[in-house]
Amino acid sequence: MLVAAKEKQGIVGGLLPSLRGATGPLIGLIVLCLFLTFATDKFLSIRNFLNVLDQITVLGVMAVGMTLVILIGGIDLAVGSVMALAMMVLGYLHVVAGVPMGLAIPLALLVASLNGLVAGLLITRFNVPAFIATLAMMSIARGLANMITDGQQIIGFPTWFNMMAIVRFGGFLTLTVAVMVVVFIVGLLYQRYRHGGRVLYAIGGNAEVARLAGINVQRATVLVYVVCSFLAGLAGMVLAARLDSVQPSSGVSYELDAIAAVVIGGTSLSGGTGGIGGTIIGVLIIGVLRNGLNLLSVSPFMQQVIIGAVIVLAVTAETYRKRK
Amino acid sequence: MTTRSPILSLRGIQKSYGPVKVLHGVDLDIHPGEVVALLGENGAGKSTLSNIISGTVQPSAGEMTWLGKPYAPANPRAAMDEGVGMIHQELKLLPKLSIAENVFVGRYPMKAGRIDRKAMEERARSGLKRLGLDISPDRLVEGLSTGKQQLIEIAKALTLNARLLILDEPTAALGGEETQLLFQQIERLKADGVGIVYISHRLEEIRQIADRIVVMRDGAKVQEFDSGDVPVRTIVEAMVGRSLERMFPTLPAPTDEVTLEVRNLSSPSNTFRNISFSVRKGEVFGIAGLMGAGRTELVRAITGADPISGGEVLLRGKAVTPRSPIDAIRNGIVLVPEDRKLQGVVLEHSIAENIGYANLGEISRNGWLSSRRIREFAEDYITRFGVKGRGGQNAGELSGGNQQKVVLAKWLARKPQVVVLDEPTRGIDVGARSSIYDLIMDLARAGVAVIVVSSDLEEVLGVSSRIMVMAQGRQAGILDRADANDVSVMELATI
Repeated sequence: MLVAAKEKQGIVGGLLPSLRGATGPLIGLIVLCLFLTFATDKFLSIRNFLNVLDQITVLGVMAVGMTLVILIGGIDLAVGSVMALAMMVLGYLHVVAGVPMGLAIPLALLVASLNGLVAGLLITRFNVPAFIATLAMMSIARGLANMITDGQQIIGFPTWFNMMAIVRFGGFLTLTVAVMVVVFIVGLLYQRYRHGGRVLYAIGGNAEVARLAGINVQRATVLVYVVCSFLAGLAGMVLAARLDSVQPSSGVSYELDAIAAVVIGGTSLSGGTGGIGGTIIGVLIIGVLRNGLNLLSVSPFMQQVIIGAVIVLAVTAETYRKRK
Repeated sequence: MTTRSPILSLRGIQKSYGPVKVLHGVDLDIHPGEVVALLGENGAGKSTLSNIISGTVQPSAGEMTWLGKPYAPANPRAAMDEGVGMIHQELKLLPKLSIAENVFVGRYPMKAGRIDRKAMEERARSGLKRLGLDISPDRLVEGLSTGKQQLIEIAKALTLNARLLILDEPTAALGGEETQLLFQQIERLKADGVGIVYISHRLEEIRQIADRIVVMRDGAKVQEFDSGDVPVRTIVEAMVGRSLERMFPTLPAPTDEVTLEVRNLSSPSNTFRNISFSVRKGEVFGIAGLMGAGRTELVRAITGADPISGGEVLLRGKAVTPRSPIDAIRNGIVLVPEDRKLQGVVLEHSIAENIGYANLGEISRNGWLSSRRIREFAEDYITRFGVKGRGGQNAGELSGGNQQKVVLAKWLARKPQVVVLDEPTRGIDVGARSSIYDLIMDLARAGVAVIVVSSDLEEVLGVSSRIMVMAQGRQAGILDRADANDVSVMELATI
């Protein structure tokens, strides 16, 4: 019976199988939506749904990178700081140095990626534990972000930049949401259908088995940290567009939100299982939860407590299910 | 047979996991002062049965009696408190703690609310001494040889004052001397009236240690011998349920063409030095030696897993000295590593994925692939190698023999020229062993140069056409099949 269901899922093909293993979080998301539909009169509307999407863009983009890192059994604590650094580089280059946006954005993303490169090399070449390497990068990137303007914010971006986060093309899709959706789809396809994506599961499952199987573990590891930092930078671009300004204190503790989304989505911190499909659900759960709690006028402090409880619930439910 | 009442009686013990029944009503009595050898292939139910006795697993049906009283331990701790000691096949020691701490973990001797370190060390020291181990109990477990760690596990059980001791493959990692030491201890425990359940795949030692033999197959007790002195072949036949024509297959004749040549190979850590040999196409080349002789390190270096500090590796005359596993694999030199669970397969991933990991390049087109394509690719090898399992099943659910077949399958899909097998049958039961030997011979017949490293002397003698003996990192000599026997090999290994 179970076997038949499993095989059937495989035949369905497409992106649906990406959610395999994330059925628990998916059920949680549905239950949450049903609850909010009945508990508030504003929740179930297209307008509110679009709001939720707008609100999760930064977290969504960042969490995809974090998923890849956690999938190989690593961790990246620097993403929040790297995001702030990328934003400040963007602001400095465009507003202060007069570099056109078309060049400033790629350069900001490059700076972000370099952070990941450094972290990745520290981890693979010098055997620094990922936790420590990225903890160091977190501090370094935050310091650099602050140094650019001595802690001041930068404003003065072109109007179209902010419009990316406001104008809804076709009546529903802002460009920033589109960026997130593209990141989701590329991430899902990469993880599931690309050589390089499958390799991550092997590394997370057992790095020594992967190495002996002829997988270039070091290269893949560095690449994953570079991609994660690149996406943190991209999340920074999205946030800059949304805020129409950049400040070095942006993204504090965002790394923890990203880790929370990944974990709620069913990816194991020990690596090797889970994936971006689950993370998308995890991001949606956090987004819907925040939105719903706001609609219910729950205080932001209470919201933190509830989100903490949800993390515990998600992980224990998953562990319990596995044991059965 | 002893007339004393048994310490432990099992009646009609059954165990099912969902619809799968792994034990079909087993009866077993263990009397004080006897060693019952519990034999059977992997998957026969030995481990489940011992887990039930030690409280790790609860039976689905049946009852147990301990010293005349009903016995149903809810967890290992409850069994331990009754006096059941279990020594697991996989070592469960904490590497960063001292020997004494490991021996007493979870039940530290207390004094005035604090751990009495002095008493702990004293008792640990005496436990070690009883096993003839001259190591300080302050020492960290990390860095001790597997054999020593095994003895510490046993010391741990000894300090429990167990009435019943279950030993699951205690000698798998022990050398001859350590094994004899263990046997002396078992004799002493017997004299003290301790009942012992002894699980082992080394059938030769059963005759030496067992008072009774119980053979299990497919979750049921199939035969019982009231003496340990039963011919190995009779036991094996009971285990596999058919009569055995032969233990080792006939060796194919190697060609004259040299496939692999190793010249003056040395390791940076000096675990082996100046090793030179060559393996011909279609030849099975054995490497024998005692533990710590540098065999594993040597073959890991040849396959790029460990660094090389000097010398070279040639493949059909071309220098291919590998710097990484990737280098070696590209040249068709592959390793079936010593430790399947840590180096061979990802236990939590499916069989298909495990086979896929070494072949993603071939499975993917322009870097694109899908689970279905991996499954289809693997399915072919799963049937060809007779792996008992479905492609979607986790490798961790397989028996050791089937896991080993998965490791072999993942390499053979790449059509290698040199296959190195390090301890290919360690922890694998006799019936499954011969199918591994058959696979080795098939490889040789197909023109692959095969290197087999084994601590099992009979095995290395049985499958190799030439044997290199290593001793303390040196190459002690290379013997032709005709000149190789246990005496000549051991002579070289101990010089």
